[in-house]
Formats: sequence, C-alpha cells, structure tokens
Amino acid sequence: MTGPVLTVQDLRVSFATPQGLVSAVDGVSLSVGAGEIVGLVGESGCGKSTLANALLGLLPSGAQVSGTALLDGGQLLGLEEGRLGRLRGDRISMVFQDPATSLDPTFSVGEQVAETIRAHRRVSRRDARAQAVRLLSEVGIPDAARRYGDAPHRFSGGMRQRIVIAAALANQPAVLIADEPTTALDVTIQAQILSLIAGLCRDQGTAVLLITHDLGVVAQICDQVGVMYAGQLVEEAPVHRLFADPQHPYTRALLGALPTGDTMPGGLTVIPGQVPDLSGPLPGCRFLDRCPQARDECPTRPEPVTVGETRVACWDVSARLVPERAPS
Amino acid sequence: MSGRTRFVVRRLLLTVPTLLAMSVFVFLIIRLVPGDPVRTMLGFRATDANVAATRAELGLDRPLLRQYLSFLGGLLHGDLGTDFVSKAPLRDLLAQRLPVTLELTLLAMGLAIVVGVPLGVLAATGSRWVRRLTDGFVVAGVSVPDFWLGIMLVLLFSGTLAVLPPSGYVPITDDPVGNLRYLTLPVLTLAVAETAYILRTTRGAMEATMGQPFVTYLRAKGLSHRRIVYRHALKNAAIPVVTVIGIQFGLLLGGAIVIETLFALPGIGRLLVTAINQRNYPVVQAGVLVVAGLFIAVSLVTDLVVGLIDSRVADGSGS
Amino acid sequence: MTGAVILGVLLLVALLAPLIAPHDPEAVDARRILSGPDSSHLFGSDALGRDVLSRVMYALRISLLVATSSVLLATVVAVPLGAVAGYVGGLVDSLISRPLDMLLVLPALLLAITLIAIVGPGSTVAALAIALIYLPILARVMRGSTLGVAHLGYVEGAGARGAGHLRVLAGHVVPNAIGPVLVQVSILAGFALQIEAALSFLGLGTQPPTPSLGLMLSDGRDVLVQAPWVEVYPGLTLALAVLGFVLVGDGLRARFDPSGVLR
Repeated sequence: MTGPVLTVQDLRVSFATPQGLVSAVDGVSLSVGAGEIVGLVGESGCGKSTLANALLGLLPSGAQVSGTALLDGGQLLGLEEGRLGRLRGDRISMVFQDPATSLDPTFSVGEQVAETIRAHRRVSRRDARAQAVRLLSEVGIPDAARRYGDAPHRFSGGMRQRIVIAAALANQPAVLIADEPTTALDVTIQAQILSLIAGLCRDQGTAVLLITHDLGVVAQICDQVGVMYAGQLVEEAPVHRLFADPQHPYTRALLGALPTGDTMPGGLTVIPGQVPDLSGPLPGCRFLDRCPQARDECPTRPEPVTVGETRVACWDVSARLVPERAPS
Repeated sequence: MSGRTRFVVRRLLLTVPTLLAMSVFVFLIIRLVPGDPVRTMLGFRATDANVAATRAELGLDRPLLRQYLSFLGGLLHGDLGTDFVSKAPLRDLLAQRLPVTLELTLLAMGLAIVVGVPLGVLAATGSRWVRRLTDGFVVAGVSVPDFWLGIMLVLLFSGTLAVLPPSGYVPITDDPVGNLRYLTLPVLTLAVAETAYILRTTRGAMEATMGQPFVTYLRAKGLSHRRIVYRHALKNAAIPVVTVIGIQFGLLLGGAIVIETLFALPGIGRLLVTAINQRNYPVVQAGVLVVAGLFIAVSLVTDLVVGLIDSRVADGSGS
Repeated sequence: MTGAVILGVLLLVALLAPLIAPHDPEAVDARRILSGPDSSHLFGSDALGRDVLSRVMYALRISLLVATSSVLLATVVAVPLGAVAGYVGGLVDSLISRPLDMLLVLPALLLAITLIAIVGPGSTVAALAIALIYLPILARVMRGSTLGVAHLGYVEGAGARGAGHLRVLAGHVVPNAIGPVLVQVSILAGFALQIEAALSFLGLGTQPPTPSLGLMLSDGRDVLVQAPWVEVYPGLTLALAVLGFVLVGDGLRARFDPSGVLR
C-alpha cells in the first residue's frame, strides 16, 4: 500500500486581530490515505474549518501559516496563487457547508460543473458538457441531461450539494475536503449525501477529510477520526475505537454528552466552563481549565502517546501508561 | 410556455397599465391649469367669443371622461393632437424631433456604460489609488451641474481650441460626420454625470458580489482570478447595474431637456421648453407623453435584460 | 466630514450675505463692465458692471432656500405617509403607495417642467415641484425602512405594553427607521439645488430680478468668451454646494446604512 495522500505536519495558523494574536490551529498533524475517510470533529470555533481553508490557501490575507502539508509528496502550503489555483479543483477539492450559497445563481448547474473540468483539462466544450452530464447523473440528479441548463435555485438543498460534489470530484482529485457538508441539510438527506460521498470517494480512491461537529456523521462513514479542541488535536483513532474506548477527557465528555437510547433524564454530561479565548495566553493543553483530570504537567503541551490504535495527547493518559513501563 | 417566455409576456403586459396610468396623469395635469388654459393660450387680448370658439375647437367643453376617451382613442391611432399655432399634426412634429433626443440620450448612455463599467470594475478590484481617483471623479461628476459643464466644454473646445461647434445640428442621414461633430459636446456633457453614477453602482455591485460565498467556492474550484471577476462577478453585478441604468435614463432624459436647449439641438426637450414658454399646451402634452413613453420603454428593456441574466427574477422566485 | 464643513461655510455665507457681501448685488457700475477679478471684486464683474461675488452670495441664498425648503416639505409629508404605509400595510399601504408610484412614472425634471407649464414659472412653484418629485422617493424609502423596523422586538414589545399605535409609530418606529431617509434627504437636497438651477437656467424657475445661480449661468453664456468669470464662478459655487450635500449624504450613509441597501 502506498503512503498517505495527504500529510499534515505541525500545522499552525494564527491571525492578528484587534484583540491580539489568535492561535486558531496549534500544531495539528494528521494524514489521510487513498480511499480513506478521516473525520475531524470538534465544536464550533475549534479550528477545523480554519485548518481546511489553510490547506486550500483560502484564508484571508492576514493569516500566518506554518508547518507542512504534503499532497502526494508535494508542498501545499505557501504556494503562490497561480500554482495553488492549478491544484485546487484538480488535485484537491473542497465542498462547503451551505449549498444555497456555494453556486453562482446566474449560471446553470451544468455549466458550473463543466467549467471546473475545462479549468483543468484541455477538453472541448462539448466533451466537458458530456462529462458534466455524466457526473450529475452519478451524483444522483435525475434527468441530468435536461437539467444541465437549470439554474441552482431550481434545485433543493440536497440536490445542490450533490451538484457541488459533482464539481468537486469532476477531475478526480486525490483529496476531497468536506467542510460540514450536511450541516445545512435535512436530517433525512444527510445520510444520503454522506453515503454518496463515501461511495464515490472509495470507488475513485479519493482521500477524504470530513470536517464536522456531529459525531453521528463521523459514525456513519469515517474510517479514522481526529478530535479537535481549541485548535489542538487531542485524540485520533479508528472510529470504532473512539466510540468504544475514548481516551482523552474531552472526547469522553463529548461522548457522554450524546443522548443514547438509554440515557436517563439528567444523565447527559455537561462540560463545565467555556472554550478558552484564543487571543489570550493559553496553557500547553488548552483543555486544562475544564478538565476533571488536570495535573501539574498540563500547563506544558502534552506529548502524544499511543494507546492501542489511538493517538492521544494527554498527560493523564500518559501517566497511566508509564507505570506499565517502569521497572518494578 | 417556458418560464422565461412567461416572464417576458408578464412584463410586457405590465407595461399596459403603466402606459395607461401615465396617459391619465398627463391628461389630467394639462387640464389642471389654474384659471382658463384657453385664455392663457390665446393671450389677454382674446375676446370671450374667441375663447369659447377655441375651447369648442379643442373639445375642452365636453365632459372630462369623454375628453379622455377621445384623447386615448387618438393616442391609439397615433394621433398626438394638433399644434395650436400651426394646426399641423403633432405626430409629425414629434416624429421629426424624437430621433435627435434619442440619438443624444442613447449615445450619452452608451458612452457612460463603456467608460463607467470598466472603471467601476477597476475601482472594485484595483489598487488603493485607483479607488481614490475614481471616488474623486464620482463625487465631482455627480456634483457639477451638467449645463455648466456643457458651457465650460464649449468655452474650451469651441472657444479656445475652436475644434468643435458650439451649437447646431445636422441629421445623421444627411451628414454623418457633421452630425457627430455637433453631438460631441452635448453627448460628452450628459455622459459625465451618467458615467459617475454607473461607475459608482458598478463598483458597489462588484464589491458586494466579490464578498459573496460563492466566490470563495469558485476559488476553491481553481478558477483563475480573471475568470472569476469577468465571468462570474460581473454577471452578478450586472443585475443592479442594469437596473440603475433604467432608472438613470430618466435623469438622462431630464438632462437632455436642458442640454438640447443649451446646444440648440432640435429635439423634444427643447421643443418642450419653447412650448411651455409659449403656453402651447397641446405641444406640451404631446411632448411629455412621448418622453414619458420613452422612459417606460427603457424601463421595460432593462427589466427584461435583468430577467435574462438572473433567472430567479424570470421565475418570479427571488430578488 | 469635509462635506459638513463645506456646507457649513456656504450656509453661513448665504445666511449672512446681506452683511458680508462686499457690494450691492444690484449696483450697476458702468466703469466696471466685464472687468476681470481683482482685489475689490474677487469674482469679477458682469455685463452691467455688477459684482459677481456679491451676486453669487445672494443667489446662493435663494437657491439654498428653494432646495432645502422643497426637500424639507417633501420629508415632512413623506415620513408619515411612508411610516403608515409600512407599518399598517395591506389596503392602506396600497392606497398610499400606488398614487405615489404614479408620480415616479415621469422623469424628475420632466415632471417639474410640466407642473411649471401649468402653474407658471417662479421659485415657489419650483420648490413645490421639486417637493413633489421627491415625495414618492422619500416615502418609499421610509416605507421600506419601516418594514424593516416594524417587527423588531422592541417595537412589538412597546405594543404589547399597551402603547397605542400612534405612540408606537411616533415614538419607536419613526425614530429608528428614519436613518436611511436622512441619508436620502441629504443627497436629494444636493440634487434639488441642481434642479432649481436647471429650471432657472431654462427661465422656468426663479424669475429676475431675484438673483439665482441658474439665471446667472444662463446670462453668463452671452459674455462667455470675453468674460468667462461670469460663468465660471457661479457654476463652481453651485458645484461646491452640491458637493457639500453629497459628501454629507455619503457620510450619513456610512453611519446609517453601511450595507448600501439604498441607491
């Protein structure tokens, strides 16, 4: 098996704001392999979207980015706009949250898929159109040939998201980043869209980074999942491990906060406190102030350790591992 | 019938009540003259018999509704009434004058669009000093009175430089070059303020469009900046710009009235001013009708264009 | 706020014209016919030897008076009409809005000259005509703004507290919805100046012997080549005054309507 398609190493993103320097992403490392779906889960504001935008070079101009991101071995960060433009939509694509605002209202949906193809491939208009029709059909738009010329507003939200996915996968990119692709959709449609993404990407061998705040989404299609809190990646594990045996206190609290079939009234975990202000001074482990297992070492950034198939960054977890290795 | 066709038909049908309302309005206004319009027209030396005779001749002694109906009937036959002084049918007079006003306003609007839109795009996407410059131009263009500007241009081009005539007119069919020479200064004068408005609107619309989420999506698809700006943003921005052009045409028509007077162009605007000073009410009525009709026609065209660009409007479901 | 400064200066000049004008605007001086600007006549003299600067000052008074009074009149009528139309909606809204929309069918200047055709020329007529032109525009703005405000929480809250409709309207809706109207008022005042000047230029507005900028611009044409200052200075003054209004309007827009909802 070849190596991961997308490798992110120690990615940091900060912004200068009137309130000070905000560290939105603090040293995140992860990788995604071909045909693999990696979920990145966390609350709003935890930096997951910022990370996604950083990978595509879509951050506003005041952003400072450091670290490395390799796409098929090639550097992704710090590229100048022209080179980045050639990669976007071709080797790495993104699907955004709100299908209502993703498409240009004055162009037909087919045209918007076809132009993605023509932007990166030398094909005739007719061929691009034919391909676009095929793609629209693949994503489940009924009567694609006839609906090629329809404007976006004539489709429902779910349909529009399918169109966006069609355009994103048109050039068979190596990586697809889906930033909350189902959040704006009806619950009933969500499952369909997720299966669509999973199906297409596994077939084409596309590496998927799926960003969401919804653990249910993660459970449905992800192979691997990373948990982010306040810009830091606190735990990363195969999906079934994360749900079966969460290591990080934050992950545990998150899962405890999920209502299940047999949750008793009053039995949902509430995480006390609030997400820290990212512009102020922050402890090494940013969950410190809310963590029930806080220790003296926590002001220092925890070194990630491996527990079975899980990577977790937590001094408490590390401490419980150490005695097993200490000579008695 | 497709949605688009339905939209066009609907919009065309809407014109009918508008035209009707406008005809009622013009009809009523002319008849609201305080005092006796006939006496005013004839002058203070008119005898009562003269007044009564003229009133009967003009049909002003009949009930208002009947007057309106015959007025409307006449309109539908293309009869705009007769000149009170010369007794010639006004339709001919106005037909003669309309091309002049049309040429003046259309050329001015055309020039304003050709200059204003690109500059507006530039102002929205360009450097800071481009924006400053265009800001200055916009504010100046809007503030300077157009007829004064016209006079200044005459001073420069006809006076000092002596390259363009200060007034006069030759029909385009007789002498195209001469026609354009005579129209250069008037068109320039009208175009300046118009360019300022179009520039400002284009810039605002482009800035608003570039800030929309779908633009980020277009970038994420790897489209070039040029493509995004000139193909997508411009098309979206065109919607408010075209709408403003329709509204602004009214301003242009008003300006044409003054400019025609200034440059002695034989258009409807100047005809109106003369007629007003002469108290020649039938001419005033006909002139106002034609100009207002022109305005309604332009509004129709711009609405249709917007519907063509933005199918949300055509489908009646948005904007 | 450059606009405010400009306007302030001009308004002051206009108001104090009788006190600060260097010469009597009507004073004919045969020795100074068409003389250029100098230390005693900063703007030069016209065909009758009259001081252009003084005439400009007095003319500015009239022009500003017509422009501001017309816009004020339009506002005073438009605000209640628009507020009621937006607040009550339904049939009342249609009854108010339809006739007003009728007035919009004719382009501005055309409407003005049509009215003057009927009633006869003069500055009062001009002021009324301009007020009539701007009435539907301002009413529409007020109506739109009211629609945006009328269902906000604090307005409905006031109603729930038992305040009568009139009180809610006058006390809560109008003050909060009036912002965009003020923006428009300022800009329209500038254009009112231009329309008044255009009307006077055409001989349809302020009638001689009352001085007006438009009239001066018309007369200036006769001596344009020999004495351009007679034409240049009144025009510059007019442009400056309009500029003041436009800048103030832009400034107000930045405060009240930054999203650029209005034209």
